[in-house]
Amino acid sequence: MSGHLAPYLIISAGLFSLGLFGALTRRNAVAVLMGIELMLNAANLNLIAFNRFLGPGGASTVNGMPVDGSFTPLLAGHAFAVVVITIAAAEAAVGLAIILTIYKNARTINVDEINWMRW
Amino acid sequence: MTFTSHDIAFVGLALLTLAPAALVVTLRNLIHAALLLGCSFVGVAGLYLLLNAEFIAAAQVLVYVGAITVLILFAIMLTQKLADNRFAGAAYNQLGWGLFVAAMVFLSLGKLIASQTWPAMYDAAPVADTTRVLGVQLLTTYIVPFEVSSVLLLVALVAAIVLARDEEPVSVPAHLNEIYDDESADQTPTGGANA
Repeated sequence: MSGHLAPYLIISAGLFSLGLFGALTRRNAVAVLMGIELMLNAANLNLIAFNRFLGPGGASTVNGMPVDGSFTPLLAGHAFAVVVITIAAAEAAVGLAIILTIYKNARTINVDEINWMRW
Repeated sequence: MTFTSHDIAFVGLALLTLAPAALVVTLRNLIHAALLLGCSFVGVAGLYLLLNAEFIAAAQVLVYVGAITVLILFAIMLTQKLADNRFAGAAYNQLGWGLFVAAMVFLSLGKLIASQTWPAMYDAAPVADTTRVLGVQLLTTYIVPFEVSSVLLLVALVAAIVLARDEEPVSVPAHLNEIYDDESADQTPTGGANA
């Protein structure tokens, strides 16, 4: 089971859907941010899983051709997972700073009540 | 169908990822939700280990479990009165539509995954020392995303400081305040009133 790609993709899809549900329905801005973090994790899991199973050097055969032993594998999924983790950290820092500023001004972080920019 | 130890670890880590994630988006107590979010991140880190991504697993634990979870906990503690019952009525907004959209996304993703034929099993040894290879490639092949993300981190650092900074001027120490009062008293009679 763990030797197949599909279970990882299903778990990733489940994690993404749960995060999407949280980001769409929660009323607390911090909880919305937690949903977004779950979605970013799902994307990362997909990147790593695809790199392991489909990336060059990941599978023993690519299109039925054996991979040459001297071939240097490209870890594209890993490299972009590092970038995604960086972006997630930056997003969390700026997002929480925005939430704290909103709380200082409005004394609430309920996304229903933060509607000053709605016309 | 035989279950290897790899499979058992996979099922356990999948549960460790998805069960806390489901609670994160449903629990009303945000402190519990944030701690369970850390659990879910640990599960994802374990799945990375199963996929032979040691460096990413370590980065996941350091950045997500160590930093982001603590940051979220601090934000919750700074913005919520724990005894506040204002959120007791409804933690959700648009529950029906949210459930519908999330279920539709999951079903369409599942259908898409099921419709493809993926490579059945990997039997090749994975990349031997992922961390070394990743380090070399981050500074050669993927130098552009690497540098761009470093600039992004700098921008985010400055932005977070600017946003979270107190807008009030720095409070003047008492002995300096008297000097300021004496100077401003010459111009306006009530100069020291706003000090």
